Amino acid sequence: MSLPVKFRQVLLIFIFGTASIAATSLAFAYQASLIPASRLINPDELVKILQSAKSEKPLMIQVGSHVLYAQAHIPGSEYIGPASSESALQSLRKRVEPLPRNKFIILYCGCCPWSHCPNVQPADNALHAMGFTNVRVLYIANNFGADWVEKGYPVAKGD
Amino acid sequence: MVLIVVVAGVYFTTRHHGAPPGIRGTGAGEHSLAPDFSLPNLTGQKLDLSSYRGKVVLLDFWATWCDPCREEIPHFVDLQNQYGEQGLQIIGVSMDDGPEPVRDFCQRFKMNYPVVMGNAEIGELYGGVLGLPIAFLLGRDGRIYSKHIGATDISVLEREIVNLLGSKASSS
Repeated sequence: MSLPVKFRQVLLIFIFGTASIAATSLAFAYQASLIPASRLINPDELVKILQSAKSEKPLMIQVGSHVLYAQAHIPGSEYIGPASSESALQSLRKRVEPLPRNKFIILYCGCCPWSHCPNVQPADNALHAMGFTNVRVLYIANNFGADWVEKGYPVAKGD
Repeated sequence: MVLIVVVAGVYFTTRHHGAPPGIRGTGAGEHSLAPDFSLPNLTGQKLDLSSYRGKVVLLDFWATWCDPCREEIPHFVDLQNQYGEQGLQIIGVSMDDGPEPVRDFCQRFKMNYPVVMGNAEIGELYGGVLGLPIAFLLGRDGRIYSKHIGATDISVLEREIVNLLGSKASSS
């Protein structure tokens, strides 16, 4: 059975169009906004935890670039590298491998506005794939400067 | 038709890329002098900001892994092409941890302006580059006329550039 030429053209356009949209969506799929809200923690919540004598202190890992880390980071947090790169993800896996899977871990970056951060989601995925059950990602709406440093939260500099 | 669909797809997935609420470009009221720096470019040679005095300089802090930064680059290439002869000089300051990905990126995007490797010190000199991208627009007199945090509407930047290119006030 042969389809009318016009119909086939429309069908082809629809298929290519759908494929293009899917490809475009995939290109933007590695974004922090895909992280479920239940796995996020707000800066003020984290500050309370850090200041509380009773709270379990998390392992905090910065998954952005070293240039940003060296300018300002959360005291006690560790630099691991931008987790959008495979080498940084490997460093992250190596760092947490010996830890108990219920270890409280905070991931953060703050390089870019939240929906554009390419680093936190791959890091979060990696830890969950390893079986970590107590991971929270610090929700930084705009960037680390605006949402942490300028709020007057504790900051350390250097390596 | 496919092109329209693709363009529409890109538009609807990226249109929220504008600067976040509350963080818009702000004019530097006192037009302070841009801190001078000497940083290595991608071949290791030093680039001195002061050698561009007399030009309107768009100083773009960016990184290869930063989505909004990447989206701005083709527009900057266009701006450099369009206004270079009139005195615009764009300078990219990469906040990547190393030059390798930057070299690849510059070739792939056919960047037509110099890129230097930034560090924490220059970040602090410019008030803390703790989010990307950040762009500073400098007049011919080397003073900072505006600062834009986050992805910026290119038409806004272009308007400011044109003003500075034609402004006697920003001439030294």
